[in-house]
Amino acid sequence: MNIFTTDFFFSIIRIATPILFATLAAVIGEKGGISNIGLEGIMMMSALFGSLGAYWSGNWFVGLLLAMAVGLAEALLMGFFAFNLKTDIILTGTAINMIGSGGTLFLVKIITGGASTTNLITKSLQIPSINIPGLKSIPVIGAVLSGHSLLTYLGFLFVFLTWVLLYKTPLGLNIRSVGENANAASSVGVSVMRIRYITIGIGGVLAGMGGAFMSMYYAMGWSQDMVAGRGFIALAAQSMGNGEPLGGMLAALVFGFAQALGIKVSATGVDSNLVAPIPYIVTILALVIFALNQRRKEKKRYATALK
Amino acid sequence: MSEYAIQMKAITKVYPNGTMANQDVDFNVKVGEIHALMGENGAGKSTLMKMLFGLEQPTSGEILINGQPTNLSSPTVAISKGIGMVHQHFMLVPSLTVAENMVLGMAPTKSGIMIDYKKAVAITEEYSQKFNLPVNANAKVMDIPVGMKQKVEILKALVRGAKILILDEPTAVLTTQEIQDLFAELKELKKQGYTFIFISHKLNEIMDITDRMTILRGGRSMGIYETKDVTPEEISRLMVGRDVVLKMEKEEARPTDEVLRVRDVEYVNEWGKKMLNKVSFSLRKGEILGIAGVEGNGQKELVDMLFGFNHPNAGTISVNGENIIGLNQRELREKHISLVPEDRMLYGIAADATIEENLISDRSGSKELNNGVLFNMGAIHRMSDDLIRDYTVLCKSRSQKIGSLSGGNIQKVVVAREFSNDPVLIIADQPTRGIDVGATEFIRKKLVELSRSGIAVLLISADLNEVMELSDSLMIMHGGEIAAYFEDTRELSDELMGKYMLGIEHQSPEEIRRVCHE
Repeated sequence: MNIFTTDFFFSIIRIATPILFATLAAVIGEKGGISNIGLEGIMMMSALFGSLGAYWSGNWFVGLLLAMAVGLAEALLMGFFAFNLKTDIILTGTAINMIGSGGTLFLVKIITGGASTTNLITKSLQIPSINIPGLKSIPVIGAVLSGHSLLTYLGFLFVFLTWVLLYKTPLGLNIRSVGENANAASSVGVSVMRIRYITIGIGGVLAGMGGAFMSMYYAMGWSQDMVAGRGFIALAAQSMGNGEPLGGMLAALVFGFAQALGIKVSATGVDSNLVAPIPYIVTILALVIFALNQRRKEKKRYATALK
Repeated sequence: MSEYAIQMKAITKVYPNGTMANQDVDFNVKVGEIHALMGENGAGKSTLMKMLFGLEQPTSGEILINGQPTNLSSPTVAISKGIGMVHQHFMLVPSLTVAENMVLGMAPTKSGIMIDYKKAVAITEEYSQKFNLPVNANAKVMDIPVGMKQKVEILKALVRGAKILILDEPTAVLTTQEIQDLFAELKELKKQGYTFIFISHKLNEIMDITDRMTILRGGRSMGIYETKDVTPEEISRLMVGRDVVLKMEKEEARPTDEVLRVRDVEYVNEWGKKMLNKVSFSLRKGEILGIAGVEGNGQKELVDMLFGFNHPNAGTISVNGENIIGLNQRELREKHISLVPEDRMLYGIAADATIEENLISDRSGSKELNNGVLFNMGAIHRMSDDLIRDYTVLCKSRSQKIGSLSGGNIQKVVVAREFSNDPVLIIADQPTRGIDVGATEFIRKKLVELSRSGIAVLLISADLNEVMELSDSLMIMHGGEIAAYFEDTRELSDELMGKYMLGIEHQSPEEIRRVCHE
């Protein structure tokens, strides 16, 4: 049996998309010195409101916008607690995650009067897929790269835009300097607080898009804990990708590969309990390789510094 | 246009906790001069400069910039008035390039969105050439040497329009060559009409580069002097002096066997600066050996070597004949070496733990305090209560959080622990810094008492009173070396100490070698 079909590679990209959004959020956050472990919770809340928004308005685009707005609002709330009230950001993120898990179910029960999932997204409310003319007709490549969700293409475009933001704009310069030496930034009149809010806010919007992808494309509606750790995997992808947008994208694809492999193997009839750990084993292996690689680089750096 | 770039008139600063950092200080700097601000640590230099840079506001007094009364409410205001500050700890972002650091917060853009990096580089190079401060605009700050980082800091201030630059101990991190380069650059900038305030306590540098100086001592100004009119001796007398002399009654020391033996210890710090140079001394049972010196002359590094926080590049250190280099703190404590650390909040205690927990932190595994795997709480309570009583720690109970005590009582807990574990050697680093008179007297008496009972005490202190009254014999450190050794502190004068502390005089190697007692 051949696992590595065009379908398989297509599914890697599809599965990697929400991880990619969250990874970019984590990349920007870490550059700005903010470890946002609340991405998971933000994605869950956005997933819920994305599907509700689309259903209420009858328009997928409104759903997507609502998901982004909810992501932004939650991120700013986190910022308020962490920056203004000086709570520990890890605890604040944990609270956001708990709200994302329990709070969404609570809201759904209130709104729908008892149901614990929303199968609200019909074909017309789904985020549209796009067939790219020309690309589509190329054998193999067309089947893998064409026909993805609009958000998938946006996600890969955002990899580039994130890089531009971080390295080519004054805002990115401020984000990086606040993340690395906030005193240096404030000593030349950069408002550290403002930059931190912007940093976490951008992350919230990106995570919101990842959440929308989950409930409005990956699945046809919301169900509890549907994000299933993607927000955390994104943090690992951020670190594996060396904190850079392109590296983060590659790492997200590695995780996409691992999950796609898990799905594929279980489809062949292997006991699902054996298959379930595959993505996590890949995660651990990848992190080990990453760590070893980092250590080698550091050593090299020291060696050149000593010369 | 006023003759003066800066006039600070009758400045008094009282901090909310009651500390009077500056009292009625007059400070003025003429346009185009290099003006030294001198004083020992704690003399009030930093506070005065913080007020000038808008980081603090004076309690009373007036500040005039170029003749205009000015309210310096924040660094942003100070920068807009043409004041720049080069901090001792550089305010640079290591992973950014020099050019990016230069334009941080004011980055030039193309069409308002994208950074015009080429322009940032051009600005950097323009200023670099204009002021003859060579930097590599495209290098990341983390990859450039310390001397260049400082140039970047100076350029950063200049590009923001600074005409008056405050340099906070600019030579502290520089090598000799870099210091010479810096001085050449400052002289050049001075010719172009820039004004400098040069904070330092290194006499030779002050004599070399400054036009006038203001000397602070204990928060008060000791006056403004023309550099050419004062001798190093006068400066040292003005800078170093004791206000009150407390006489300490103590028996004659009768030192016996050698305990601590330090030979030819050298240490080069991470920036390649030699912080300890061939330091050798011996400390014997029953004596207090004091180390005096202006801070930053190797005392901190020496303590780090002695208590395993760092390792020397060369030399030997032994206690009772056994090498201690490479031992960790637990192993050192097992050899009955105690440390009263300089920073008690960081190294002395765990602020959120109770008094009792802090008291047993060095001996929690001992047989007396444990029954098998569990603590013998009865024994622990007894020991804690005994120590709290013996050291007169003022507290509600042994289970009070130590962080809620006053500084003096916290330090009493630290010394209670450090003095009670049957020490053979006590390293007391600034044992009474910032604590009340009562606790100070108590700790000093205790140190004398312990030394007379046969314990070797090494006392490092920036407090001249303390080091002169307590020590039986005394070393002075300057520039990472032992500059002088006095067998008997009773014959010492403040004036003489000041000369050695500031490097005006240096004993011969033979005289210094006496501290090895060979």
